[in-house]
Amino acid sequence: MSGIPHDHYEPKTAGEQWLHRRLPIVGLLYDTIMIPTPKNLNWMWIWGIVLTFCLALQIITGIILAMHYTPHVDLAFASVEHIMRNVNGGYMLRYLHANGASLFFVAVYLHIFRGLYYGSYKAPREITWIIGMLIYLLMMGTAFMGYVLPWGQMSFWGATVITGLFGAIPFIGEPIQTWLLGGPAVDNATLNRFFSLHYLLPFVIAGLVIVHIWAFHTTGNNNPTGVEVRRTSKEEAERDTLPFWPYFVLKDLFALGAVMVVFFAIVGFMPNYLGHPDNYIEANALATPAHIVPEWYFLPFYAILRAFTADVWIVMFAEWLSFGIIDAKFFGVLAMFGAIAVMALAPWLDTSSVRSGRYRPSFKLWFWLLVVDFIFLMWLGAMPAEEPYASLSLLGSAYWFAYFLVILPILGVTEKPLAQPATIEDDFREHLAAKSGSGDASGVATPAE
Amino acid sequence: MSQIDDHDEGTRRDFLYFATGGAGAVVAGAAGWGMINQMNPSADVQALSSIRVDVSGVEPGTQITVKWLGKPVFIRRRTEEEIAEAEAVALDELPDVEARNANIGPATAEDVNRYIQPPEEEAALPGEWLVMMGVCTHLGCVPLGDAGDFNGWFCPCHGSHYDTSGRIRRGPAPENMHVPVAAFVDATTIKLG
Repeated sequence: MSGIPHDHYEPKTAGEQWLHRRLPIVGLLYDTIMIPTPKNLNWMWIWGIVLTFCLALQIITGIILAMHYTPHVDLAFASVEHIMRNVNGGYMLRYLHANGASLFFVAVYLHIFRGLYYGSYKAPREITWIIGMLIYLLMMGTAFMGYVLPWGQMSFWGATVITGLFGAIPFIGEPIQTWLLGGPAVDNATLNRFFSLHYLLPFVIAGLVIVHIWAFHTTGNNNPTGVEVRRTSKEEAERDTLPFWPYFVLKDLFALGAVMVVFFAIVGFMPNYLGHPDNYIEANALATPAHIVPEWYFLPFYAILRAFTADVWIVMFAEWLSFGIIDAKFFGVLAMFGAIAVMALAPWLDTSSVRSGRYRPSFKLWFWLLVVDFIFLMWLGAMPAEEPYASLSLLGSAYWFAYFLVILPILGVTEKPLAQPATIEDDFREHLAAKSGSGDASGVATPAE
Repeated sequence: MSQIDDHDEGTRRDFLYFATGGAGAVVAGAAGWGMINQMNPSADVQALSSIRVDVSGVEPGTQITVKWLGKPVFIRRRTEEEIAEAEAVALDELPDVEARNANIGPATAEDVNRYIQPPEEEAALPGEWLVMMGVCTHLGCVPLGDAGDFNGWFCPCHGSHYDTSGRIRRGPAPENMHVPVAAFVDATTIKLG
């Protein structure tokens, strides 16, 4: 499967050969698990395993919760309380599921920013990147619909606001919104279909995860140097790589264990820290909570949505240019989805021939500013819709778009990159020497022991 | 298809390809439409009801909120000051100059095109009764009454300010709050729908 030369599965026993001739599934699993992996991967390469774990955790706890939950406007809120109070261990299952969503997004944001820093999106890994973005979009859809199911005040009003985004589309917006809701407002039909789709989408995500892994197993992993694994011979490839099993599996499981310590501390001791008290009030169509705030993982994009009001010059210009078809509301929606679209287009917007940010001195500064901008927007998204937050949101949004649309294309031309190591082996040896302090220059290609 | 290039007229096989493909497209379309259309409002949801609201207890300067078609409707009995304030606003101060009144069709957003009036002989004060969908035209939250920088409504979600006529004055909402089909059936009863 991999383009990197390596040993393939050889069925030895008669039984293995019998099966292999009929269904080469053991060979497929062997090649997947023994994939040659760059041996210089650092700790930012553990989030894939954490994400896989999150998906499994959410599917398992979700299926169990569905055994006790009732998707009906009169019963949903009570059935969630039933899970919390009556079902054996139900409170733990629900807290795992609710906080599992947060862990999922922590991991996906670190995974995405890892990719942005080390240029993992660049050729030949564009397809991996695009599929990753699709998974991220589906995650957001799934998380949003899941948040509606407890039928609290934030559930109801979050659903009203977010489905209202579709109503902002010119001409066809209102029929689409009615179609999504199954009526003039968020009601029983909406709750039912959200439950159905919330159950379905994780399996679509699981399918895309397989394609995501397939794509980067074909191109090979990126690594902190951005230098490709040598492929001219198996011997050279082996000096740059180690098999995924057991080296990286054990490293990743160790990291997962460390992440789990933090996760279970939150689940056990502060399970509602990331939630909103308003969602423990049953949904009421006649009263909006004083301050509607989405879950933390949506806040940066929520800030971008709110930033573009009718008195911003670019909104006025767009309205004039489109003869009034693009109003402030639609512009905000376009900006929010556009913020993700420009990120998905990064492989084609980044003009630099150097892959890893490690060897790009000015890129580093802009990248870390993007990280700060992301956290800044997250903070702004939680603030009330008034000054000075509105202007600051506009500033934060402007930088987000400028990074992808202006800085990435220009930087590739103007920047003078640093020298990159010739091979992954060189980089690995250099770091090993620095860490062991013994100047291990013998260069024996032994695994990190 | 290559067969078409090779022959002046389509062959019997071409005909079969197109006929099969066409039939397949029709079947897929018919099946697909059913799967999409099932998500549209069902018959019970569509069965629009009109409701009658007793407003005899509403004092000037207060409002009631009733639920109609799953959404809140504001019925406000405005004070003289509120009416005067709404009438004093010039059209060019308004981000949205449409009346958004389902009772009168396209019109400009002067206050006179926004309110409904009880039967002639009962009318104590013209412009007293303002009936609006209590739905922010930005993303559908319920604005709060007696609030905002224009003494009308304020939407807590994204900070849209509406004036005493329910017209958008500042913030992300693009339109004035909509006036639904509504009329007095007698001196103290408003019929919605």
